[in-house]
Amino acid sequence: MAKRIGLATWQEITTGCVVFDPGSASEYHTGSWRAQRPIWDNAKCIKCGICYVFCPEGCVQQSEDGFFKANLDYCKGCGICAHECWPRAITIVEEK
Amino acid sequence: MAKRVGMEVAVAVAEAVGQCDIDMAAVYPITPQSHIAEHLSDLVADGKIDAEFVTVESEHSAMSAVIGASGTGARVYTATSSQGLMLMHELLPIASGMRLPIVMGIANRAVSGPLNILNDHSDIMPQRDSGWISIFVENGQEAVDVSIQAFKIAEHKDVNLPVCVNIDGFQLTHMVEPLEFPDQELVDKFLPPRVPYATLHPSKPVTMGAFAMSDYFTEMQKAKDEALINSKKVILEVWDEWAKMFGRAYKPVETYKADDAEILMLTMGSMGETAEMAIDALRAKGVSVGLIKLRLWRPFPFEEIKAVLKAAKKLIVTDRAVSFGGPGGPVFSEIKSALYSEARRPAIYNYIIGLGGRDVTVKDFIGMVEKVIPCSAEKTVDTYEYWGVRES
Amino acid sequence: MNIVENFDLYAPRLINKKELLSAGHRACTGCAEVLAVRLMCKALGENTVIASATGCMEIVSSMYPTTAWEVPWIHVAFENAAAVAAGVEAGLAGLRKKGKIDDRYIKVVGMAGDGGTMDIGFQALSGAMERGHDMLFVCFDNEAYMNTGIQRSSGTPMGASTTTAPAGKISSGQKTWKKNMPEIMVAHGVSYVATACPSYPLDFIRKVEKAKSIKGPSYIHCFSVCPTGWRCGSHLAIAMGRLAVESGVFPLYEVENGKYKMSSEMPKKLKPVKDYFKAQGRFRHLGEEEVKTIQHKVESEYQKILDKAKYLKAWD
Repeated sequence: MAKRIGLATWQEITTGCVVFDPGSASEYHTGSWRAQRPIWDNAKCIKCGICYVFCPEGCVQQSEDGFFKANLDYCKGCGICAHECWPRAITIVEEK
Repeated sequence: MAKRVGMEVAVAVAEAVGQCDIDMAAVYPITPQSHIAEHLSDLVADGKIDAEFVTVESEHSAMSAVIGASGTGARVYTATSSQGLMLMHELLPIASGMRLPIVMGIANRAVSGPLNILNDHSDIMPQRDSGWISIFVENGQEAVDVSIQAFKIAEHKDVNLPVCVNIDGFQLTHMVEPLEFPDQELVDKFLPPRVPYATLHPSKPVTMGAFAMSDYFTEMQKAKDEALINSKKVILEVWDEWAKMFGRAYKPVETYKADDAEILMLTMGSMGETAEMAIDALRAKGVSVGLIKLRLWRPFPFEEIKAVLKAAKKLIVTDRAVSFGGPGGPVFSEIKSALYSEARRPAIYNYIIGLGGRDVTVKDFIGMVEKVIPCSAEKTVDTYEYWGVRES
Repeated sequence: MNIVENFDLYAPRLINKKELLSAGHRACTGCAEVLAVRLMCKALGENTVIASATGCMEIVSSMYPTTAWEVPWIHVAFENAAAVAAGVEAGLAGLRKKGKIDDRYIKVVGMAGDGGTMDIGFQALSGAMERGHDMLFVCFDNEAYMNTGIQRSSGTPMGASTTTAPAGKISSGQKTWKKNMPEIMVAHGVSYVATACPSYPLDFIRKVEKAKSIKGPSYIHCFSVCPTGWRCGSHLAIAMGRLAVESGVFPLYEVENGKYKMSSEMPKKLKPVKDYFKAQGRFRHLGEEEVKTIQHKVESEYQKILDKAKYLKAWD
């Protein structure tokens, strides 16, 4: 489907209101909800991946060097990653 | 050439569905639909239908299951009646909103309050605004034919809507009638495999039944409405093709001796044949009277109704259900609103008949006509009458 | 911090990398239920069709014209996810045996919240399980009708304050014990029944994989912490699930063909229930006596499961 520009007319509504674009919810950036953000201290990180596993958004990603970071387009700032990080490599800071 | 057989209509409906290469059926038993359910399961048990038969625990689950199966691209069938249809009610607009070509047989039966297992149309009328194509049949042959046609209509690429086939409970479902089944070869030719617009299959993941807010909901309702209105074109095409292939013609509005009639009577469903006998008897006495049989209930055939009512002075609308609280019969309301913008329109009289299986005889129909003969044709009467109701 | 000792340090390497529930879903901040769904999808893989009940997970994931789902997904209504899933299963089976679709194995999964499973969806689920459809049903139990605003369900625990069973001057919140849904599923003769919690992701994933391998009906009851409804910090969603397990409030076990097995995550000695209650606003009004009553009930229920694991295993 073409990139959505504006709202569809009734003729453009898909048959049965079926959504044919899997994963297209990612067009919506939940990062705008965030009041605080996680910051990784790679010196403390043991690359265990707990932050990746427990992220409700699935927005914690591993870089090529094996360290993790959150995709701030989606991170809602729940703080689970920081709370669950065993070596305390993640801190939560207020968004300015 | 197709052979004529004597068969109970409910059984015949199951046989007809069995000719349609269904992939899945989910049916919950209810009187008077149960013979459809039983015979369908016989056909599956004997290997005559290669389909999954799901013996669900309720009609709600029957409709839910056929919605799910239809979503996979399967050709599906279910059947119900009365309270069962009421239990399905929640799901009917969802099925049409999802544009799933489900076919459902309805053995029409009175809705409870109090319980009554016999025939009228109070079960289908509350489903009127569900977005389903709704067709009434008059006899066993029509039940067989329309049950097959329904799949072709429902699955047509320009339709993709569920279809219900209304078959009067007992008065039709339990009658043994001489019937002609179309040859399987011809049915296969008439009804090609379903080509779904989307399927629940990992090869192409789709989301069905998404959530819509006010920014999309109106457009979705309009799209559904247009689809239902436009389905009439396909219905007419399918009936045309059926007539060519099987020699039996179908129209949204059938007429009997109506062309020159000053008084017209309108029926829906199996009472048409009884009414025809009344028309014959009245015609023999010189009364200018004819019959209209409304077959297509949704989409509503406005043009056809207007065309057949053009010349008549008086119209008797019979209803087999009541819209409680003043409007009278639902068919009456519909016809009135269809004619509102017409410069020339007949006076309309509404009789509520045959509730909860009460017999309506030839004499009753004659009585209705005789009752309106002395009435002034100057204006439509806004009241309705429970025909034959005991009063004190 | 025994969680980490028990947890495989290389967990991400063991988990399917592919996200089948995309980011951009509208679940509340810190929602452990959407995390559970995300992990479930990873365990199920691509050859899956999901039928979802109306509820939080439905509305947060399928805002037209977009969807978070990357597997085929259908939502019809609230009370019928199991019936829809049964229909999907039957439809696929009908098409497959006639060669109308390819012959790959597709796992059909029904999912609903506690209301959609234990209350309004109960009949449809019972019917589907009794008929033996080849499907998994997962209850994401956040212990109240969260989507409509935290009203009590039969999954709400004794003493919890909800908007329809609130704590008040003469009321201590929920007056009934939580319906034991896993046991009801066991009584249906379902081949595989398990309890799980995303706070134990590897255990949860293993159980989903196990259920996926079962040809026939299976049921997973997933404890899904709702920080919004439970009135706890969003960062505590995983910790709350862990405390529920460690206190015996929500024991992790599985039942395969009637045989009970405690999950290895269960501690030798249970933590007090009050440790679990402490951080949750929904239990804040409870007095010492009430907590004691609940503590007693939790222990006796836990013992029943231990006994079943012990004696039913012994019957082998």
